[in-house]
This record gives sequence, C-alpha cells and structure tokens, in this order.
Amino acid sequence: MKKQVFSLGLKAVIVLGLTTLAFTLRAETVFVTLEKDNALAIVDPVKGALIKTINIGQRPRGIAISPDYKHLYVATSDDNTVKIIDAETYKEIGQLPSGDDPETFALNSAGDRLYVSNEDDNLVTVIDIINKKDIAHIKVGVEPEGIAVSSNNQWIISASETTNMIHWIDVKTNKITENTLVDPRPRAASFTADDAQLWVTSEIAGTLMILDVKSKQIIKKIRLDIPGVTADKIQPVGVVIDKEKKWGYVAIGSANRVAVINAQTFEIEKFLLVGQRVWNLAFSPDQKRLYTTNGQSNDISIIDLESHKVVKSIGVGRFPWGLVSKP
Amino acid sequence: MNLLHYWRAMWGIIGRELWRFVRQKERFVSALVRPLVWLFIFAAGFRAALGLAITPPYETYILYEVYITPGLMGMIQLFNGMQSSLSMVYDREMGSMRILMVCPLPRWFLLMSKLVAGVSVSILQVYVFLIIAWFYDIQVSWEGYIWVLPALILSGLMLGALGLLLSSFIKQLENFAGVMNFVIFPMFFMSTALYPLWKMKESSELLHDLASFNPFSQAVELIRFALYGEFNQYAFLYTFCAFIIFILVAFWGYNPSKGMMTKKGAR
Repeated sequence: MKKQVFSLGLKAVIVLGLTTLAFTLRAETVFVTLEKDNALAIVDPVKGALIKTINIGQRPRGIAISPDYKHLYVATSDDNTVKIIDAETYKEIGQLPSGDDPETFALNSAGDRLYVSNEDDNLVTVIDIINKKDIAHIKVGVEPEGIAVSSNNQWIISASETTNMIHWIDVKTNKITENTLVDPRPRAASFTADDAQLWVTSEIAGTLMILDVKSKQIIKKIRLDIPGVTADKIQPVGVVIDKEKKWGYVAIGSANRVAVINAQTFEIEKFLLVGQRVWNLAFSPDQKRLYTTNGQSNDISIIDLESHKVVKSIGVGRFPWGLVSKP
Repeated sequence: MNLLHYWRAMWGIIGRELWRFVRQKERFVSALVRPLVWLFIFAAGFRAALGLAITPPYETYILYEVYITPGLMGMIQLFNGMQSSLSMVYDREMGSMRILMVCPLPRWFLLMSKLVAGVSVSILQVYVFLIIAWFYDIQVSWEGYIWVLPALILSGLMLGALGLLLSSFIKQLENFAGVMNFVIFPMFFMSTALYPLWKMKESSELLHDLASFNPFSQAVELIRFALYGEFNQYAFLYTFCAFIIFILVAFWGYNPSKGMMTKKGAR
C-alpha cells in the first residue's frame, strides 16, 4: 500500500513538474504592430510561430504594455488615437486622446502616464491613463519622435528630428528644463536601468550617443560602421540596454543588422544579421531574448542573448513596426 | 577466405591511405587551403550577396560564409574523390596497382576498400575544416556536428565512386586535366554549393535545372540539412542512387574481361 502511495505521489510530482516546465517554456507572447496590414500580430516566440493576426485600426505603429502586462497601448496613427487593448482577450477596451498622428510614445514605470510625440504639431501630449484625459501639451522642437521616461519618474526626454535636440522635460512641472544638441535626426532614446545614462541614436550621422543624465552632456559617441556596408545604409533607430547594463543593442535600419555594444566599455562587440530595415527592438520579460521588427522583409527576428545569435526569423505581416512581449 | 582476411585487407588499405595522408603534410595543408581560400577570401567578398530570403534548413537570415560552408565541405570531398582517382591512375601507370589486384580477394571488395579509405581521409579533412570555421564564427549546434557524419559518409562514397568510375576511363595521367575541366569545375560551379537554386532560377531556368540534377548539388544539400539537424529525404535518395550507379559502373569499368580494362590490356 505504502509503495503504491509513494509511486502515485512520484507520478503526480513528475506530471506537475513537466506541466510547470511546459508552461514556463511556452508562456510568452509577443505583440507586433503591422503598419500596412492595420493589424496586430500575436507571436509565440518559444514555438517560433505566428499565432494569429487581429485587426486593430488604421496604421498601427507605437506599442507599449502596462507594467502588470494586462493592457496593451497601440498608437493607430490614422485614427488619431492610442487604443487600449486587453492583453488576454485582445479586445479593445478604450481609447486615449493622443492628439494628431501619434507614432511613438512612452509609458512611465507606474503605468499611469503616457507621453506621446505629435510629430506634425511639434508637441508632446501627456495623457492621464486612468481618467483617459490629456492633461498637458508640451511644445518641443520640430518633428519630435523618440521619447522616453526615466524609471525614477524624474525625466521625460523628447528627441526632435529636425531641431537635432534632446529636450529634458521635468515630470513634475511638464516643462523643458534643458536641451542637448545631438547628431542629426535623433530617432530613438533609452535610459539605462539605473537612469544614469541616456542612449540616443542619430539616423543621419549613423551614430549612437551616450549622454550623462546628470550633466546632460554627450560622454561618448560611437560610429556604427559595418565593414562591407556602405555608409548610407547605416541608419540607427531603436536602442535598448539590458537591466544589468552589460549590453546595449541598436537596430541599424537599412544595414539589416543589430549592433551589440558592451555597455561598460562602449565597444562594438558584433553585428547580427536580421531582416530588412530593422527598426525597433524589445526584450523578452526575462531578458533572455531580443526581438526585432524588420519592416521591409515583413518579419521579426529572435536573438538569443546568451549566445548573441539570431535563432529565428518569423513572417508576421506587412510592415512590422513596433513590438512588446508579455510572460 | 574468411572474414578476417577481408578485414585485414580493408584495414590495410585504409590504414595505408590514412598514414599517407598524415605523413604527407603538404597534401594535408593543400587540401585545407582550397576551401579556406574560398571561405576567407571569396565568401568575404560576397558577404552581402545573401541575406534576402530565408530558405530551409536556415531559420533566419545568414551571411554568405554560412551558406557556402556546406558547399565547401562537399568541395573537399569532391576534390578528395578526384585525388583518389588520380592516384589510382598513377598507381596503374607505375605498376603498383598490380600488387593490389593480385590479392586473392574479389576485385569489387578491393575497390570498395580503396573507396572507404578515401572517404575516411575526406571526412578527416572536413572536420578539420569545420574546426577552423568554428573559430571564424561559423558554428552549428553540437548535434549538427554528429548528424553531419552519416551525410558525409554517403556524399563521400558517392563522390569517391565517381572518382573510381572516372579513373577506369582515363587511359593516361595526362588526361586528368580534362577531368578537371569537364567534370570537377562544371560539377562544382553548377551546383548549390555557391548559390541557392532559387537564385539561379532568377538568371537562367536551364542552369537551375542542370544544378538540380547535379548529384553534387544533392550531396551538398544532404550535408547542409544534416548540419542543422534535419534530414533531406530527396537529397538522401538522390545521392544514394547516384552512388549505386557510379559504383556499379566503376566495378564494370575495372572488370578485366568486360570493362575498360580490356581496352587498356589490348593497348
């Protein structure tokens, strides 16, 4: 009898263990906005397969996910709104007043404020998510695009593509306190996890600039030259840095590559070949993988961050623009 | 004659070939230099040539040197097969083949032993090439390095059998240059070793068809898929059938009463 109970117990433990393992391995979803298909692609990155595609609105581009992974925010540019989507049911549950033609936006770490770049109006719109209201419009330089919020909720930065400036906006006052002149056409910006640095890409100069948040000055400039690739194709856009501040990654547009940069020495470690016109990047929640949207080849690439190798590219639909992932 | 005799004879031939390969350092180096020149110089120049489409067994975009690697592995085996056939012609001219042929074992068995010896050498060369490629950041999973072994054995046998077949038709050593021009080069360049089939279709349908019928293409594809842990059934069957045909014709060619040897004897 004892033996039977032990055997049953052992079986139960094994089944439970295997189920948990299977769940752990499978439990991740990547959401990709498809600019030309007016849709959202849902991808299982572990299986490496497109699960489904849902219609979402006109010209979806910027995308973010709430800190509790319950809500997706998608800028549907031609609808002039940011839609709130339930991350489980994929149903639209609300809209936010983003202003005209929203493209890029940033969500604060508390998940209650959304900062939207309004490129045509040279504005940054501040949205109170809970009350679904725009509470401030901040005048910035010409053609604001890249936007980021520091995780300590102290700074919003807006990158003006034509003014070639980074505007430092105080979160408390919603006013610009300082400006930093950067290389031409700054496209994207990201704070390091400790908020000590801001990494900014310049599309025309083909550079990555590291700014010191305290002094607001550029402390390092890296030219992203790729051997054998002509300079006109070096158009860096998306940039992300891992939590440990060990590695930074830059999407280099038409060069079809992602630069892997040592975040301590600022040396370029290697370039990884991905699909055509790689624009935006996102980590998996555990930061073991990095995902890229490849606009012209209509796919996303999955990079294993332990080996720094591209393991798979998955066709998702026309003009993949932005992406986020949830566990 | 018992099995031990067969084993001794086969091992004698394989051992001699391996020993010769290890001792002849120049041969070892030159066998490696050829694919390495292609990898480090040719592939580097064409780095941006691919990366436009994903074709199986690849799951993502690859650089040209990654694409060309299985082709260069096939190239090693192709040249090795031809080298073996060259040495057969040389042995025949020098008279040392007679010593081998007077061995009281069936001729087909001696030829098969010769073939296996050549394949063993080529596999050794391929793995050394893969080690160098690994340091050049051309890496596959460790399973891939194991899976590729059976593929290399079959492709090596097929290309070695082709070498045997050719050697039975060549009358003199001088004629070997013709083999280079009419067999090796067309076989290598009209294959999937350097460019994928779909790319060839863009420029010429005829070239595409010729390349797909080329047994060397199928051997390269067998190696390519195996290197990534996948089994290409079509390439396997094609390579296997080509091996059977080549080896049977080679046996016939070496048959003193029926094949090409009768003409050589008469001469």
